[in-house]
Amino acid sequence: MNHQAKKITAEDVKTHGLSESEYAKILEIMGREPNLVELGIFSVMWSEHCSYKSSKKWLKTLPTTAPWVICGPGENAGVIDIGDGLAAIFKMESHNHPSFIEPYQGAATGVGGILRDVFTMGARPIANMNALRFGSPDHPKTRHLVSGVVSGIGGYGNCVGVPTVGGEVNFHPSYNGNILVNAMTVGLADQDKIFYSAAAGAGNSVVYVGSKTGRDGIHGATMASAEFGADSEEKRPTVQVGDPFTEKLLIEACMELMATDAIQSIQDMGAAGLTSSSFEMASKGGMGVEIDLDKVPQREENMTAYEMMLSESQERMLIILKPGKEDLARKIFEKWELDFAVIGTLTTTGRMVLKHHGEVVGDLPIDPLAQASPEYDRPWVKTEVDPVVKAGDVKDIDWRHALRNLMGCPDIASRRWIWEQYDHMVMADTAQRPGGDAAVVRIHDTDRALAISTDCTPRYVKADPFEGGKQAVAETWRNITAVGGRPLAITDNLNFGNPTKPPIMGQIVEAIRGIGEACKALDYPVISGNVSLYNETDGKPILPTPAIGGVGVLDDIDRMTTVAFKNAGDVVILVGQADDAEGWLGQSLYLRELLSREDGAPPPVDLAHERRVGDFVRGLMHMGMITACHDLSDGGLAVGLAEMALAGNLGCLLQDPGTPRHSRLFGEDQGRYVLTVKAADADTVLAEAGTLNVPAKMLGVTGGRDIVLADGTSVEIAELRQLHEGWFPTYMSGKS
Amino acid sequence: MKAAVIVFPGSNCDRDIAIALEQSMGKPPAMVWHRDSELPKVDLIAVPGGFSYGDYLRCGAMAAHSPIMREVKRAAEKGTRILGICNGFQVITEAGLLDGVLMRNKDLRFICKDVHLRVEDAKSPFTAGYKKDEVIRVPIAHAEGNFFTDEDTLKRIEDKGMVAFRYATPEGDVTQDANPNGSLNNIAGIFNDKRTVLGMMPHPERLSDPTLGGTDGRKMFDGLVEALS
Repeated sequence: MNHQAKKITAEDVKTHGLSESEYAKILEIMGREPNLVELGIFSVMWSEHCSYKSSKKWLKTLPTTAPWVICGPGENAGVIDIGDGLAAIFKMESHNHPSFIEPYQGAATGVGGILRDVFTMGARPIANMNALRFGSPDHPKTRHLVSGVVSGIGGYGNCVGVPTVGGEVNFHPSYNGNILVNAMTVGLADQDKIFYSAAAGAGNSVVYVGSKTGRDGIHGATMASAEFGADSEEKRPTVQVGDPFTEKLLIEACMELMATDAIQSIQDMGAAGLTSSSFEMASKGGMGVEIDLDKVPQREENMTAYEMMLSESQERMLIILKPGKEDLARKIFEKWELDFAVIGTLTTTGRMVLKHHGEVVGDLPIDPLAQASPEYDRPWVKTEVDPVVKAGDVKDIDWRHALRNLMGCPDIASRRWIWEQYDHMVMADTAQRPGGDAAVVRIHDTDRALAISTDCTPRYVKADPFEGGKQAVAETWRNITAVGGRPLAITDNLNFGNPTKPPIMGQIVEAIRGIGEACKALDYPVISGNVSLYNETDGKPILPTPAIGGVGVLDDIDRMTTVAFKNAGDVVILVGQADDAEGWLGQSLYLRELLSREDGAPPPVDLAHERRVGDFVRGLMHMGMITACHDLSDGGLAVGLAEMALAGNLGCLLQDPGTPRHSRLFGEDQGRYVLTVKAADADTVLAEAGTLNVPAKMLGVTGGRDIVLADGTSVEIAELRQLHEGWFPTYMSGKS
Repeated sequence: MKAAVIVFPGSNCDRDIAIALEQSMGKPPAMVWHRDSELPKVDLIAVPGGFSYGDYLRCGAMAAHSPIMREVKRAAEKGTRILGICNGFQVITEAGLLDGVLMRNKDLRFICKDVHLRVEDAKSPFTAGYKKDEVIRVPIAHAEGNFFTDEDTLKRIEDKGMVAFRYATPEGDVTQDANPNGSLNNIAGIFNDKRTVLGMMPHPERLSDPTLGGTDGRKMFDGLVEALS
């Protein structure tokens, strides 16, 4: 088909996901009718995925600066100063729609894409994380999706040799038709060797490296910007296919080239491939670009200009070379057996000119297209928050039954089945493996480390988007604190439903406000992120899921703390719980798992309290006072204690937790940690807490093989272990 | 001791093994690129873990035919010690330096976790740092580590004492439950008949540093240095 000669119809505009008013704008910018190639370029550049048109207005309100932020949102990934001339570069990104259609490749290419976002800036990737949400375990597709996504993430990460060190997983029926696969990469770079994407230098060569371009993934960005219907599986051809071996070669080749002085700017070809990379580089640098599509390395015959510009073939990068560096660069890519082609030059025209078979097949103005990128102030309504659930109105179930049940429920059961399929130790710097509060990865060749955690509690966000947004940020901060880290910055991956529906838009607005509030209070800015909207199937939205990835630093890796009870006779202390209030059961897993209730206001996050308690805990760690630490989240105190007991294979004997007992044991109040300290240090710790106005209370002592309450009732650790470890393998084997 | 580490484009444990060797040797090993056709004169050649050429074909099958592997085979014939770990085990097995094959794990999944190994033979330079029947803890990380061979070969391997390590319980019992991948006779590592070549699926280089949670792997490299210096 000759895409250039074809006249644009209303149907073409619609299938490209553009509204009538957007098309009118295109006509105005072009001063003529666009051809199909040009329409395709507008379509992807203005897609929700690339333009953030529904969320931009609100994203701008997020705090993005701090003295340690080197580069905030807007580049391929965010950059922070972690001391000693080093920078951590990180970002989280979704690959939801492709992973639902083809779980293995969708998840694998999600990992590949986020890796490229990070190494394109000069960082060697040192850790991968993921935040996954699946439908109900009872849904017939869930097993298949879990299995495919996990092996896809493993298949890619294991091969490129970057450890997958942690993450989170939830199950909920709202994800039955729309799973979430959010992948995060953290990389390490020298601060004086960071690469950006703004093109400069008229006449400089535009170079294409990596894999050849095929017909895969055409219109992925547009697909990621629309709701799913019953026909979603027919979209399988738009899912890209990953090649982790080529990615590994690309990492090594780029690292080798980056060590020379050849690169002016560089960007990976992610969503919308050659279009968005060339367009964004030129746009950021205020340049024009001329591309000869005949030079693009092609995997298939007779590819059209339209296909080449919109292909999302994986493992490709676009580089602007400094003058005269072509031979040097070519040699490096040839050594790694990757394609290398000079496909164009930078110009001063401010236009993107595409040539194919000697003809101009596209000619668009760059700035007007970028600046006219739509920004909507969509109507929104605030979520009505349920009243607070009183503990007295919640059935008090035998705590032993409740604990057994929770430890083996899908949202709390051990994720070992998943992370044993990820190589989480390659690169020999993983100091804290999956299963703890945060992953800890040593900064190579130093005694320092990065702590990384991804968190979100979607049921809280649904019930109260503002508090839920705060909570997601606070939980990463808390998890990083719990291993001894100083939290520095976050990346946010905002997954929501259809923003044209005011209640959904209300979730987006309020969650972003909550995230911003928490970031400000905790000095914990957003440095990168991604928005994934239209996560709906047949009009049913997912739970609002703003997944947060936090990164912090441990200045002395020997001070790292883990959740495991260490020695019998240590004193167990609960920090952060006000003694006069009853426990918060609204939106708790106790309510959902044992009483099938998903109601109530979620636990509020008092950010000043959060910071005071966390700083206190970190201070104790620096003094070497703490033998174990665990933050309290899903399932509350009882589940937290059980997890510490399981990790250390050591029980504990507890005093009366207070009344109402079920609310004390299973309430999900925020800003709390359980610590253990040597018996001789207990008084010092409690006194120190008193001085700093941090609530702290002795709970009991460690020892034995059971968790025992003051009234003599107890649960065996061995039994809890069976329930906790058993759920995932049993479920995945199809026996449950 | 002088050592070399072979680097394939898809190797990803080359740095890890180099660091572990340097820690014991006091100097870094030579890193040798897969397309090189010459090896430095060394006492030990390590073939590291990873995905050699992507391993989209059978693991290690292509790497076994690379230019550098011709040299590795030649060195092996002359008695240079060869250590293949994980993908390196697959590569040197495909190259014919060791008996058997490594098939998909019995449950068909990639497995990354610590396992316990019983040291079956402490007389080789590779295992000189251990005592016979000592139980050590090191991680595995592979999808194809299920050691298999025919009955006659297995009998010969066992009769000649060519098994270096077996998967075992922490107490040293060789049980089916302790076998993570379905390997015949719980075999985790084997020698050639002269004990100059060792192939093993577990990664001793990953637990050679207390910060990473263990140092049982380090004894292998310390033992090698002592035996080969």
